[in-house]
Amino acid sequence: MSRLHIETTVNGEPAEFLCAADETLLSGLRNGLGLTGTKEGCGTGDCGACSVIMNDRLVASCLVLAAEAQGQSVTTIEGIASGTTLHPLQQAFLEEAALQCGICTPGFIVAAKALLDVNPEPTEEQVRYWLAGNLCRCTGYDKIVRAVLEAAGEMRSATV
Amino acid sequence: MSAPTFTAVGTRPIRHDGVDKVTGRANYGADLSLPGMLYGVVVRSPHTHARIVSIDTSAAAKVPGVKGIVTGKDVPLIDAKLGMGEGALDLKDLSDNALARSKALYHGHAVAAIAATSLAAAHEAAALVRVEYEILEPVLTVDRAMESGAPILHDTMTTQARPPIEQSGPTNVAGRMELRRGDIEQGFRDADVIVEHVFRTPTSHQGYIEPHACVARVNEDGRISIWTSTQGPFLVRDATAMMLGLDAANVKVTPSEIGGGFGGKIPVYLEPLAVLLARMTQRPVKMVMTRDEVFRATGPTSATKIRMKMGAKRDGTIVAASASLYYEAGAYRGSPSGAGAMCAFAPYRIPNFFIEAYDVVVNKPKVAAYRAPGSPMAALATESLIDEIATQLGLDKVEIRLKNAVQEGDLAPYGPPYGRIGFREVLEQVRNSDHWKSAVKPGVGRGLACGFWFNAGMSSSATVTLGADGSAAVVTGNPDIGGTRAAQALMVAEELGVPVERVRPSVADTDTAGYTDLTAGSRTCYATGMAVVEASRDVREQLRGRAAKIWGVPIEETRWEHGRVEPVNPSADRQPLTVAEIAAKLSKTGGPIIGRAAVNPPMAGPAFAAHICDLEVDRETGCSRVVRYTAVQDVGKAVHPSYVEGQMQGGASQGIGWALNEEYVYNASGVMENAGFLDYRMPVASDLPMIDTILVEVPTPGHPYGVRGVGEVPIVPPLAAVANAMADATGIRFTELPLSPPRVLARLLEEAPAAVGAGA
Ligand code: FES
Ligand code: FES
Repeated sequence: MSRLHIETTVNGEPAEFLCAADETLLSGLRNGLGLTGTKEGCGTGDCGACSVIMNDRLVASCLVLAAEAQGQSVTTIEGIASGTTLHPLQQAFLEEAALQCGICTPGFIVAAKALLDVNPEPTEEQVRYWLAGNLCRCTGYDKIVRAVLEAAGEMRSATV
Repeated sequence: MSAPTFTAVGTRPIRHDGVDKVTGRANYGADLSLPGMLYGVVVRSPHTHARIVSIDTSAAAKVPGVKGIVTGKDVPLIDAKLGMGEGALDLKDLSDNALARSKALYHGHAVAAIAATSLAAAHEAAALVRVEYEILEPVLTVDRAMESGAPILHDTMTTQARPPIEQSGPTNVAGRMELRRGDIEQGFRDADVIVEHVFRTPTSHQGYIEPHACVARVNEDGRISIWTSTQGPFLVRDATAMMLGLDAANVKVTPSEIGGGFGGKIPVYLEPLAVLLARMTQRPVKMVMTRDEVFRATGPTSATKIRMKMGAKRDGTIVAASASLYYEAGAYRGSPSGAGAMCAFAPYRIPNFFIEAYDVVVNKPKVAAYRAPGSPMAALATESLIDEIATQLGLDKVEIRLKNAVQEGDLAPYGPPYGRIGFREVLEQVRNSDHWKSAVKPGVGRGLACGFWFNAGMSSSATVTLGADGSAAVVTGNPDIGGTRAAQALMVAEELGVPVERVRPSVADTDTAGYTDLTAGSRTCYATGMAVVEASRDVREQLRGRAAKIWGVPIEETRWEHGRVEPVNPSADRQPLTVAEIAAKLSKTGGPIIGRAAVNPPMAGPAFAAHICDLEVDRETGCSRVVRYTAVQDVGKAVHPSYVEGQMQGGASQGIGWALNEEYVYNASGVMENAGFLDYRMPVASDLPMIDTILVEVPTPGHPYGVRGVGEVPIVPPLAAVANAMADATGIRFTELPLSPPRVLARLLEEAPAAVGAGA
C-alpha cells in the first residue's frame, strides 16, 4: 500500500508526513505529525472537536483529506498561543471556567478564533450560531459563550 | 456550630490542568501511542437478537498485518460480582457484554476483536469474519418483554424481587421492588382531586464527546498496563482482572484525561479486549470506538414507561400517590428502576404511597449509569402530576411544592429520616428569583420542576506532601471530569494556608494512588474531598510536632491557629511559625512530611434542585425553544463556584436535550437509525439561552465544609420543567418525550386544528 508524501505548513512551520490516500487531515495531524490536540468526537463533521483553520477557513479536519493539505497552511490548537503567551481566547476560557472535561475545548478555541478573525465584535447570538457546529456536552455553552465575548472585548481593547 | 469562614474555599482560581487543556497538550484516551502498537477493532452483530452458531476467522486471519483475533471462547467463563457505587457489577454479564459468547443480544453487540498493524488492515479483516447466526425475534419494548410468550433473552433469568414473588420459569423481568407507606386506598378516598397518566421516555445517551479509547500492554512477566479514559481506574483494574482470570496485583491502570462520562464511562468495554489481544500478540494494542459504536454499544439510559397517580386535598396537600415504573435494562439486568422508585416521591411528604419498579431486559445495549440514574424519568411523572394538580386547583406552583416539601426529620420514602437538607430553601429562592417574578411573555410557557438525588459517599484516599519550599502536592485516584483537581487544591490551600497556585493536584494511576472509588455519584468533591481535608489536617498535626521540636516543648503546647502553628504560651523565642518556615526546616526536624487519609462515608447529604424553564412554542411548526432558564440548587458549600455552576448548567442542558429532541430511533427490527450526532440531536449553542444559576448553601453535617455532591441532581428537573412549560404554553399535557416538533405539532392539530390553521 503506497503512501503519499505531503508537504504542508502547520502552525507557521513547514511540515511533512506520509498518509494513505483516503486518510483524513485529522488523522494526518494526529498520527502523521503527533499533533493530538485536535480531537475526534465523531468523524462525521458533526461535533467540531476536530476544528482547524486551513488557509483562513474553519474546517472540520475529519472531513478534509490529509492529501488536501499539500501546499496549504493549517492552524491547529497547538498554534494558537504565541510563544509563552496564551491567546486571549485561551486565557478567557481559563478565567471563565469555560471547560469542564475539556475534550471540546481545542475545537471551540480554534472555531472561536476563526470567528474573531472575521468578526471582532460578535453579538451573543452571532457567537452562538457560529459555534453551533461545535458540541459541548458538559457546560451548556453558557461559560463558553461568555469566554468568547470576553476575549473579543479583550482583543478589541488591546488593538486600540 | 457557627458557620465556618473560608479563605480559599469559595474562590475561583484558574484550574491547575487548565493550560494543558486550552493548548491541546492534555492527553485523552485516544492520544497515547506506543512503539510497535497494533490497532484493535471490534466485529459487531448485525442482528438484534440471534444465536451465534459459529464464527470462522480463518479468512480474516490471512489479511496481511493481522496479528490476533479473539472471540467469546477466548474469555474465561466466570461467575462473580464486583461491588461498586451504584450497584454491583455482574462480571459474567459484563464479560458477555464485552464479547458475546452464545447469543448476540443487540445490534452492535461485540462478537470478535481483531488486532492488526494498521487500522485499515484491522477493518479489512473484520469484514472477513464469518459469523453464522440463527436469527431470533427481537424484544424491543417493556410491554412486549413482559407479555407471556415473548421471546426470552436469557434462558436462566429469574426475577430478583423484593419482596419475593413466585417464579414461573425464565422471564425477561430481571427485577421488581416496591415501597409503601400508609393506606393507599384510604388516601385516594380522602383526595379532592386525583390525576393519573402514563409517561414514556425514550432511550437516550450520555453523549460524552470523547469516544471510549484505551491502550493495553502486556509484559513478558505478566504485568499489564492499561491506559484508558474511565471514571473508575480501580474498577477497570478489578473488573478486567476478574473477567480475564488475572491477578489484579499485576494490572496497572493509568487514567487518561477523560472527555466526559456522565456515568457512561463506568463500564468496561474495550479494556478486556485490548488486554486479550495484547497478550496474544505481545504487542501494545490501541482500541478507539467510533461514534457509531458509542451509540450502538455503550451507554445509554433506560427507555421507561411510568404509570403514576396522585391525589391531593383542595388546599394542595398531597394525600396519596401510586406508581408503577418499568425501566428497560437493555440486554442484561440492571436498569436504575429501583433508584427511580426511591427518588420519585423523595421531595415530598406523602402520607400514603405505593410504588413498584420493574427492571426489564430488552434487545438493546445494556444501559449504563447516566447522571442521577433513574431519577429524571421518575421526576417527569411526579412533577407533571403536581403541576396538573396545581393547575386544576388554581394554586401557585411554588406554594404547592412548599406545602408538601420534605425537611429535616421527615422520612425519605426509602426509609431513613432526612438530615439537614435544603429543599425548602431552594423553593424559597425560586419564589424570590427575578425569573419567577418576571412576567411570562406572550407565546411562551413557564414550567417549574424539582428533583432529588441521593449522592454517594464510598471509599476515597488522598495523600498530601509538603515541599521544603512550602508548596504542597495532593494525589488522589479520581479522574478529573470537571474541575475536581482545582477543588482539591482549594481544600489543601484552605487547610494549610498555602496559596492555591502553590498546591499541585494530580490524578494518579492505580499503583500510585490509594484505593478510590469511581468519579461518579457526585462523590469526588464530597468524599475524596473529605480525604483531602483529612490528609491536610494530618499534615497540620505533623507541622505542630515539628514546631514543638523547634521550640523544645511538648506538642500539647502548640496549636494550629490563623493558618500557622502558634505556641500556647508565646515567648521571645517562641514566635508563631508559618508553614513555609517549618517547611524550610524539614530536613533538620525529621525529614519530609506526608499527610494521608482514607475515608469511607456511608452516606452523603442528598441534593435537591428546582428549575424554571420558559419555553417559546411555535404553534405552526410544533418547534419549541428554551428562551430563559434558571437552575436553583442546594450545593451544601461550593468549593469552586464556577465549576459548581458549570455542573448545574451542563445538567440542565442535557436534560433540555432529553426533553426536546434526544431519542434513539429504532426501526422495526431494532436497529438504531440515528447513530450519529447529526440525527441524535443534542443541544448546540444556538439552541440555548444563558442558563442562570442560584446556589443555595445548606451545609451537609457530615462534611468538614458542608459540601454536597452537585453533579447529578441538575439533570433531574429539566424533563418535567420543559414538559410543564409546554403544558403552560399550549394547554396540552404531554406525557411522552421527546417534545420534538412533529409530536408537538400532531397534538396541536388534534386539539385545535382550526386555531393552528389560523396561525393563532
Ligand atoms: S470529529 Fe470532526 S466534526 Fe466531529
Ligand atoms: S467540556 Fe466536556 S464536552 Fe465540552
